[in-house]
Amino acid sequence: MAFVQQSSPHAHNARPTSKVMLWVILAALPGLLAQTLFFGWGNLINVVWCIAIALASEAAILKLRSKPVAFFLRDNTAAVTGLLLGLSLPQFAPWWVSAVAVVSAIVVAKQLYGGLGSNPFNPAMVGYALVLISFPVAMTTNWAEPALLWGNAPGFGDTLTAIASGQQTAVDGWTMATPLDEYKHKIATHTAAEVLVHPTFGEGFARGWEWVNAAFLAGGILLICLRIITWHIPVAVLGGLVAMSLAFGSNADQYAPLSLHLLAGGTMLGAFFIATDPVSAATSHQGKLIYGAGIGVLIYLIRSWGNYPDAVAFSVLLMNFAVPFIDHYTPPRTYGHHKAHRGLSGRGRS
Amino acid sequence: MTQLWDFSGGVHPAEHKQLSTGRPIRTAGIPSQLVLPLQQHIGEPAEPLVSLGDHVLKGQKIADVSHGMGVPVHAPTSGIVASIGDYPVPHPSGMADKCIVLKPDGKDEWCERYPLSDYRKLDRNEVLGIIHSAGVAGMGGAGFPTDIKLKPSRDRKVDTLILNGAECEPYITADDMTMRERADKVVDGLKVMAWILRPERCVIGIEDNKPEAAAALREATQGTKIEIAVIPTKYPSGGEKQLIRILTGMEVPSGGIPADIGVMCQNVGTAVAVAQAVFEGTPLIRRVVTLTGAALETPGNFDVLLGTPVQYLLDQAGLQPDDVSRLILGGPMMGYTLTTTAVPVIKTSNCIIAATASELPAPPPEQACIRCGQCAEACPMELLPQQLFWYAKAEEFEKAEHLNLFDCIECGACSYVCPSSIPLVQYYRYAKGEIRLQRAEQLKADRARERFEARQQRLEREQLEKDQRRKERAKAAAEAQAKKKADAEKAAANGEAVDERGARSALVEQALARKKASTNAARIQPADKPEAATLPEPAPEEPDIEALEKQLTQAQTKLETMQAMLEDAKAQQADNLDKLERAVAKNHDRVKRAQDALTEARRMLAPQPEARSETQPIK
Repeated sequence: MAFVQQSSPHAHNARPTSKVMLWVILAALPGLLAQTLFFGWGNLINVVWCIAIALASEAAILKLRSKPVAFFLRDNTAAVTGLLLGLSLPQFAPWWVSAVAVVSAIVVAKQLYGGLGSNPFNPAMVGYALVLISFPVAMTTNWAEPALLWGNAPGFGDTLTAIASGQQTAVDGWTMATPLDEYKHKIATHTAAEVLVHPTFGEGFARGWEWVNAAFLAGGILLICLRIITWHIPVAVLGGLVAMSLAFGSNADQYAPLSLHLLAGGTMLGAFFIATDPVSAATSHQGKLIYGAGIGVLIYLIRSWGNYPDAVAFSVLLMNFAVPFIDHYTPPRTYGHHKAHRGLSGRGRS
Repeated sequence: MTQLWDFSGGVHPAEHKQLSTGRPIRTAGIPSQLVLPLQQHIGEPAEPLVSLGDHVLKGQKIADVSHGMGVPVHAPTSGIVASIGDYPVPHPSGMADKCIVLKPDGKDEWCERYPLSDYRKLDRNEVLGIIHSAGVAGMGGAGFPTDIKLKPSRDRKVDTLILNGAECEPYITADDMTMRERADKVVDGLKVMAWILRPERCVIGIEDNKPEAAAALREATQGTKIEIAVIPTKYPSGGEKQLIRILTGMEVPSGGIPADIGVMCQNVGTAVAVAQAVFEGTPLIRRVVTLTGAALETPGNFDVLLGTPVQYLLDQAGLQPDDVSRLILGGPMMGYTLTTTAVPVIKTSNCIIAATASELPAPPPEQACIRCGQCAEACPMELLPQQLFWYAKAEEFEKAEHLNLFDCIECGACSYVCPSSIPLVQYYRYAKGEIRLQRAEQLKADRARERFEARQQRLEREQLEKDQRRKERAKAAAEAQAKKKADAEKAAANGEAVDERGARSALVEQALARKKASTNAARIQPADKPEAATLPEPAPEEPDIEALEKQLTQAQTKLETMQAMLEDAKAQQADNLDKLERAVAKNHDRVKRAQDALTEARRMLAPQPEARSETQPIK
C-alpha cells in the first residue's frame, strides 16, 4: 500500500477564495438591484461590461506573465473588481471610460504589482481615481436622475446607446449632479431649505440613493454574518464619518447633514465592499479600526473641503498608503506575553 | 459550577468521534512480534539490558536510562529477544531507530510484581521512584517522563493540578473511552499525583461532547474535592496552554512552563498508568489506541501492547486495503502520515486513522494569500499567522521571530481555515527549523572565531618571543665583537699577537651562560604551562622535517587530485571550470610553499649543531 504523504493538518474546512468572492458578488446584488430600480439600466450595463473587460484583461495579463490563466480567473477576484467599478461609475459613463478604469485597475494596480495578494492599493479604487482625474467631465455629468420609479426614464436601449456612443454630453436630459455635489455647491449661496427643494433630495434625504445605500448596508451585514468580513472596518468607517459630521457639520446651512453623508453617496458601498478588501486593508482588529476610522475621517474631509466629489476612492487609497505603517504598530498581544511587540521596540521577549 | 474562561481563536472541525465510540475497548491480543523503540519520549534513549536470545518475562525491564532524562522500557509480554537493531519508528520523517524486537512465547508470563496498597506510608520520592521505574511517560503528546514532571523545582509550587480529558482533536476517542470505562483508575492515578504535589485544587477538564465520560468521572469522584469541569467543544481546547486558560484564566508565560504559574497538566491516560504502577506494580506496557477512519470495517478503541505493529492493529479493525489512501498517526489536525504499517505503537501513540481519499481529500493547490485574516481569527495563540507566513516565505526569519514565531503550537487551525489553502504550519516548521539551524551555526562560528583569535594571540606572542631572543643574540654578538675589537686593540696597543682563540672561547662561554640561564627558566616554569606569555618559552625552534615532508606529500596528492578533477571537468564541459582552476592554482602555491619550507628547514638544521644540542636532555 502506498499512502498519501501530507503535512498536518489533514482536515480542511476552508471556504476557498473563489467562494468568498462569489459571496461578495451575491451580497452586492441587492445594491445593484436598487440602483437599477432607481437609476435605470446604467449600472447593470456597466457591471456586465466591467466584469467582461476585467476578465479579459486579467486573462491577457496572466498570459503575458506566463501564469496559469484558468487557475487565477477561477478565483473570481477580477470579477469582483469589475463589479465594484460597475457599481461605482456614473450610470451613463461612456464605455471607454469604464474600460480605461477596469484595465488600469486589473493590469496596473493589481497584476503589475504581482497579482492577487500583492497589490498595495485597492485596484477598483485606483481605476476609479484614474478616470476621475483624467476625465472629470465624463465622470461628473453622467449620473442618472433618480427617476425610474417615477417614470420619464430612458429605457434599456437608450441607456445602452448612450453608453456605447461614448459621447459625454449625449444624455443631457436624463443626467444631473449627485446629491452631495449638488448640496455642496448650492449651500455656498443658499440656505439648507432652499437647497433641499432640488428634486434629487426627494423627501429630505437623497431620492433613490437612500435605498441604494440601504441595500448595500443589507448586503454588507450579510457579509459580516457569513464571516466573510469582520465588523471592524465598516463600523470604523461609519464611526469616523459620523464623528466628523457631528463635530463639524452640525449647521446644515453650512455643511451637508449627516443623513446625506451616510445615505447620499457611495458611503455604504465604500464601507462594506471597498474598504474591506482584505488585500489592501490593515490586518489586526486594532489596525482595522484605525484604518477604517481614517477612511471615515478622510471621506468627511474630502467631501467638505476637497475639490473632488468622490471622497470614498481617495480616502481608501490614502489609507492604503498607511496600511504597512498601521500593521507595524498594531500587532496583537500574543498568548503568554505581557504586551505586544510594537514597531521596533521590545525586540527581546516580553 | 467551575468558572470557565474562553481562549481566543479556535475552530470547530467535524468531530467524527462516533466512528470509534460505538464499541467498548477491545483487547488487541499478542502479535507475532513486538518492536520496542528505545526512545519513546523526550530525553535520552534507553540502553538495552538484554541481549539477543534472552528469555524475558512480561513486565521485565529490558532497557534503562543510566544518565540524563528518561524512563526504562519493559517487556510487554514474555518471550525471546529476537533482534536488537534499527527498525522504522513512529516519526514524521519515517526514520528508523534502535529497537528491541521481542518474539512472544505465547505464555504471557508475568515477572514478579510489587503492588502497593497504601502508598501514603512511603516517602513521596519513593513513589516517584516507582513511577519512574514503571516507565511512565506522558501519554498525551510529547511523552515527558512523568516522575520528572511531578517533581517541579522548589520555587514552583503547584496550586492547580489539571487532568486533561478534553481530547479536542477530531476522531480520537482513546481518552474518552478510558474515562468512560476506567474512571476509577483515572481518579486513583489523579489522587496519587495530587498526594505527591499537594495542590489546592484538582480539576478534570472534559469537552462537552463527552457526556458519558463526564458522568462516569462524576460518579468516581463523589465524596472527593476533585472538580469536573465540562468545557465547550472547540479545537484546540485540549492544548495545554488553552486548557489552562479555560480552567484558570491564567496564561503560561511565553517560553515558560505551566509550573511557572503554579499549574500542572497531566493526561488522563497518564493517570491510569500511574495508578497501575502504584497499585498493581505494573509497568507501562500497554495503552489504549483509537483505530478509526472510513477505511476500517470495525473501528474502535483497542487495549494495545506497546510495540504492536500498526499493521496488526489495522487487521484487527478490519482494514479495507483498497480504500485506504492516507494513514495518520495522531489526530487529523496535528498527527503525521505514516509511510509504512510496520511502525509500532509507542507510549505516545493515541490514534491511528486509516482514511479514504474522499474522507480526507488532498487540499487544492496553494493560492496567493489575500490577507483575509481568517487565520488570525482562528489562531489560539493570538499570533498573526499571515505575517508569519509572509516572513517565513521571504526567509525574513528575524521578523518572524519578532512576531513570536516560537509561540506557535502548530495546532493547524490557521491552515484549516485558510481560503487559499496555504500550508501555513509547514511554513512555520520550516522557519523554526531554519532559525534553529542558524542558531547552531552561529554558535559554531562563535566558537571557531574564539579558537582562531586564541591561535592568533599565541602566534603573535611566539613571534614576539622569537624577536626578543634574536635581539638578545644580536646584542651578545655585538658585545662579543666589541670585546674582541677592544682586545685586539689592546693587544695591538700592547704589541702582542692577537689571541684569536681567546676571543672564540669567550664567545663559547657566553653561549653556555645563555643556555644555562634559559634552562633555569625552564625549570622554574615547566613547559606544560604555555599560557605564561611573559616568560621566555624554552621550546626549541627546531623545524620538524618529518612533518614538513608529510605536508609536502599531502599537498602534492591534493594537487594531483585537483588536476585530475579539472581534467574531468574540462572533458565534460562542466560549468565549475573556473573554480577548479583557481583551486589548482592554490594547490600549486601550497606545494611550492611546502617545498620552500622544507628546503629552508633543511638549510637551517644543517649548519646549526648548537641548536641541536639544545634538545639534548639536561642533567
